[in-house]
Amino acid sequence: MRIDFTVNGRPREADDVWEGESLLYVLRERLGLPGSKNACEQGECGSCTVRLDGVPVCSCLVAAGQVQGREVVTVEGLADLAGQRSRGAVARPGEDTGLSPLQQAFLDAGAVQCGFCTPGLLVAADEMLERHPDPSDADIREALSGNLCRCTGYEKIMDAVRLAAARRAERG
Amino acid sequence: MDFLRPAGWEEALAAKAEHPAAVPIAGGTDVMVEINFDHRRPEYLMDLNRVGDLYEWEVGEDAVRLGACVPYARIMEHLRAELPGLALASHTVASPQIRNRGGVGGNLGTASPAGDAHPALLAAGAEVEAESVRGARRIPIDAFYTGVKRNALAPDELIRAVHVKKADGPQQYSKVGTRNAMVIAVCAFGLALHPETRTVRTGIGSAAPTPVRARAAEEFLNAALEEGGLWDNGKAVVPSLAQRFADLCAAACDPIDDVRGTAGYRRHAVGVMARRTLTWTWESYRGARRTTEGAA
Amino acid sequence: MPAKGMPTTLTQGSGTKGGIGESTLRPDGALKVTGEFAYSSDLWHEDMLWGQILRSTVAHAEIASIDASEALAVPGVYAVMTYDDLPTGVRNYGLEIRDTPVLAHGKVRHHGEPVAIVAADHPETARRAAARIRVDYRELPVVTDEASALAPDAALVHENRDDHHIARVPHPNIVHRQPVVRGDVASARERADVIVEGEYTFGMQDQAFLGPESGLAVPEEDGGVHLYVATQWLHSDLRQIAPVLGLPEDRVRMTLAGVGGAFGGREDLSMQIHACLLALRTGKPVKIVYNRFESFFGHVHRHPAKLHYEHGATADGRLTHVKARIVLDGGAYASSSPAVVGNAASLGVGPYAVDAVDVEAVALYTNNPPCGAMRGFGAVQACFAYEAQMDRLAARLGLDPVEFRQLNAMEQGTLMPTGQPVDSPAPVAELLRRVKARPMPPERQWESGEGADVRRLPGGLSNTTHGEGVVRGVGYAVGIKNVGFSEGFDDYSTARVRLEVAGGEPVAAVHTAMAEVGQGGVTVHAQIARTELGVARVTVHPADTRVGSAGSTSASRQTYVTGGAVRNACELVREKVLELGRRKLGPSHPAWAGAGLLLEGGKVVTDGGEVLADLVDVLGDEAVEAEEEWRHRPTEPFDPRTGQGDGHVQYSFAAHRAVVEVDTELGLVKVVELACAQDVGKALNPLSVTGQIQGGTAQGLGMAVMEEIVVDPRTAKVRNPSFTDYLVPTILDTPAIPVDVLELADDHAPYGLRGVGEAPTLSSTPAVLAAIRDATGLELSRTPVRPEHLTTGTG
Repeated sequence: MRIDFTVNGRPREADDVWEGESLLYVLRERLGLPGSKNACEQGECGSCTVRLDGVPVCSCLVAAGQVQGREVVTVEGLADLAGQRSRGAVARPGEDTGLSPLQQAFLDAGAVQCGFCTPGLLVAADEMLERHPDPSDADIREALSGNLCRCTGYEKIMDAVRLAAARRAERG
Repeated sequence: MDFLRPAGWEEALAAKAEHPAAVPIAGGTDVMVEINFDHRRPEYLMDLNRVGDLYEWEVGEDAVRLGACVPYARIMEHLRAELPGLALASHTVASPQIRNRGGVGGNLGTASPAGDAHPALLAAGAEVEAESVRGARRIPIDAFYTGVKRNALAPDELIRAVHVKKADGPQQYSKVGTRNAMVIAVCAFGLALHPETRTVRTGIGSAAPTPVRARAAEEFLNAALEEGGLWDNGKAVVPSLAQRFADLCAAACDPIDDVRGTAGYRRHAVGVMARRTLTWTWESYRGARRTTEGAA
Repeated sequence: MPAKGMPTTLTQGSGTKGGIGESTLRPDGALKVTGEFAYSSDLWHEDMLWGQILRSTVAHAEIASIDASEALAVPGVYAVMTYDDLPTGVRNYGLEIRDTPVLAHGKVRHHGEPVAIVAADHPETARRAAARIRVDYRELPVVTDEASALAPDAALVHENRDDHHIARVPHPNIVHRQPVVRGDVASARERADVIVEGEYTFGMQDQAFLGPESGLAVPEEDGGVHLYVATQWLHSDLRQIAPVLGLPEDRVRMTLAGVGGAFGGREDLSMQIHACLLALRTGKPVKIVYNRFESFFGHVHRHPAKLHYEHGATADGRLTHVKARIVLDGGAYASSSPAVVGNAASLGVGPYAVDAVDVEAVALYTNNPPCGAMRGFGAVQACFAYEAQMDRLAARLGLDPVEFRQLNAMEQGTLMPTGQPVDSPAPVAELLRRVKARPMPPERQWESGEGADVRRLPGGLSNTTHGEGVVRGVGYAVGIKNVGFSEGFDDYSTARVRLEVAGGEPVAAVHTAMAEVGQGGVTVHAQIARTELGVARVTVHPADTRVGSAGSTSASRQTYVTGGAVRNACELVREKVLELGRRKLGPSHPAWAGAGLLLEGGKVVTDGGEVLADLVDVLGDEAVEAEEEWRHRPTEPFDPRTGQGDGHVQYSFAAHRAVVEVDTELGLVKVVELACAQDVGKALNPLSVTGQIQGGTAQGLGMAVMEEIVVDPRTAKVRNPSFTDYLVPTILDTPAIPVDVLELADDHAPYGLRGVGEAPTLSSTPAVLAAIRDATGLELSRTPVRPEHLTTGTG
């Protein structure tokens, strides 16, 4: 079957899609967007998290046919999304790294080791900060409880989200 | 495999009538895992995402009509007052990502004894609105679960909504899992006080082949509350009463040993949850009563 | 090249100092946060096929027949291969013992063993085809534990063993046995005022790295193959792959693709040979990606173990002796079981000074899933048991558990049970002191203005308690882990470093075959090059087999050994640069003739700080390159009868304090804080060091309260091969992990550093268990502890 939908603001199409394919497979193998990761394919790890019509979901659990005509944002679109949210804002004042402030915070805080969980965590944390600019630690933990990380013990992920929130508060 | 994309409810019913083996997919939580892991190759997949009606809810006089696909996240956010037990249960479902996609219809369709919504629906009192081209019917929740992963739906029927009684008293929900988030229930327990009818209802998950109510426990407690005049005098539930109730709830279980827990533990844990949720709801009821009386 | 996701060169730094000791950022970090970093499962090649493996559905069976005709007839299928299609007489592989069939040969020995492979144009086509291969299994009885494996009539897992351990094992179902005997246990026993005996059980843990086993094999014009793969050791893979393919090693090119974590699980081969076989058979690139279910069968796990310990102590709290018997279940194939046995035996007493020791460790062959390397490697199981013993002894003696440990703590100069002196700092007592001195986390943190915040209670979001039944407990543990490969293994790394001018500034390029699996080796290599060569800009090449072996990314060894090789290669480059400078500019300044010249800030400077020349001018358009093979101090094998010998290179120590809150009625645990203190010798990158410690700590926490592969003892089949039922800690299960880093230099190691990655995985589990015991008063002799163990006291 054929599917037309919007990915990171651009109209995309996929042809000859097998009906049992997931959105994750279409993104990774058909659209050349492998940023969303395939760690469990059963909704237990969050590494494939994307936003579907604005809402974080596991793309491994979305049948490809279900996204016809809908909007998807993946990790590859996070920098653009951050740019749209606050025109002109860059990751670190005075330096355009091409990264969103949250992506930069993940780097600065050491929240990335193997990095396989990182895209999903970024999409989930980005959406949480959109709703909740000043989250408590418990709020962060709850929002990220669907994203497994095996390398970091989560401490530096907490640091990264706190850092991103603090930097945003500073910028006002 | 064919992918059916009905644009509306009537179209969905027609498709299901034509292809009774079609597997409806909404949140994908169960269906996509089975496909991804090669456990299932349905001839037809029927996407319900386009049937907008399924994503809506109406708060009526006595009950909430909850569209089958209303995501758990919306229930948590918008129906905490009307459906507190179900809202608590919704909060225990998997992860934020799953709660954004999955809804009660999926839980009912799969009818796994571990589905998180079931104990809350049993305790609150609910009816499943099922429909086919032949017509619509309401299936009482107590008659809905017919076996392990089996339900009362006919092959051509789809779940359209669930009618859940609005809470007329405190409700609670607890679930035991071996992880503090994102975990399938080892067992779960829902409890609802219904002061208007002076009854208590329960629901037990993952501790029997189907979700069940602890009927003997309910009858015991109803009688004890009545006898002690507790609904009126607002006295505390004494520990011996709570324990007897807990024991009867544990006795209502018919659990198995599996990789998630032992039968003995499940029985034990259901008892503990029954006692605690009874205490929480009853104390909340007493508190509300005092407040009301104080105001009057 | 019509391919995507091929590894890219990582360049970083400009104007930053970024040498060792600084928390420089990962050079691959920007790619990882944008989703552009190419993991092995992200690779794509025009015209590529998908490989699929058919695995055994039973644990132990003879294969009467395999019929692949229906599979071959499926449109879109390009190849189906079984044992009979293997191209050479080399049909087995293995890390230490070549006992693992590439594809099952007439028999399967564990659930999930590869039987046939398929290549097709879509993964679904490959799956459908694999499902049509008919395999006729004649099931055999299984051996699953010591009793069944060593019974007189036990089925032999391997009938015709010819490995070098067979002569010394008491039974052919024992892979390897290592005793460690020192001192006179019998008379020490006489002196003991208190003797504590215990039997402990350690479950089967999975590495659960998130990036599934995967890779892409591309056939090459010369008849060879290029394999892009996620692994821990390219050259070890190569040595095992090439003979099976019938190719010389130089026609099997290997490039490291992005690795999504490893933790030991990628030390053995998984899909490597299968992808190469299919690529060579079809003449097309073949990609294989395991799903999570298959991943549980696709790599070895941590050995489950039964451990029997006897400890004795005098009334004043001195250990008299330790007797131990450690039985590790190696599963159906040897993997690294022999080395795991060596570690369990030699480290089985822990970081304590004991004169009389009698330890025996064995690994069994069974029909359970094969077990091998996982972070902590043989030292983890023992630490769980000996730390439980230490607590029990302290309780019997009426001593504080930390003081009792400190009283017996080893220090620099202590002899190991192997007779090897500990010849660098061993601050065991100090590490314990530090975790104990930390302020306690406040009590009842779940209490908020609006009732209980269940996220901070046992059970978490599941709303099981609002404080009822919750009891706090505190526990301590400390462990010892060896760093680097031991027992006489020739453990070396190769590094090639090149310095040249590019874009008007000096740029160093580092090329090694080190597998970056997430640990941050690439960050550290760049830091070393900056420090040694005084340049800001460093390029780290993709790891491949065009350069010599860097050894394994395991045993906490890469910063030590490959880092050492990079440092030495840099030193050689520096000498050559100075030589070049002397040739070109020597006459311009007398200092050129002197010693002690340094490269700093892109310049050649004297040790007094005087600038002699700009590196740009010294180099001109010349490139200076050096390659260095570097070895740590040699080790020797343990004596097979006594276990005596200088078998280890370096030891690493960490201590934990766990604070838990247990819902004692439901048996649910919330770890409130898990503080760690560790000596790292020298923190080359403090941010990475704490990240390693926190990550290892969290894996130990998982082992304490939830992680276990459950194998049915009747059928030897895995019951929970999924992330639904194999649970790893979420962010709501993992507490604050404050880390206290000591830097006591080991003079034998580059920069004085000490391997970091594994030690925190050891002591984390027993500390959590000790805390749960403290809260519940239960004995708890098994890990992971499950809720039913806490409610019935059976664990």
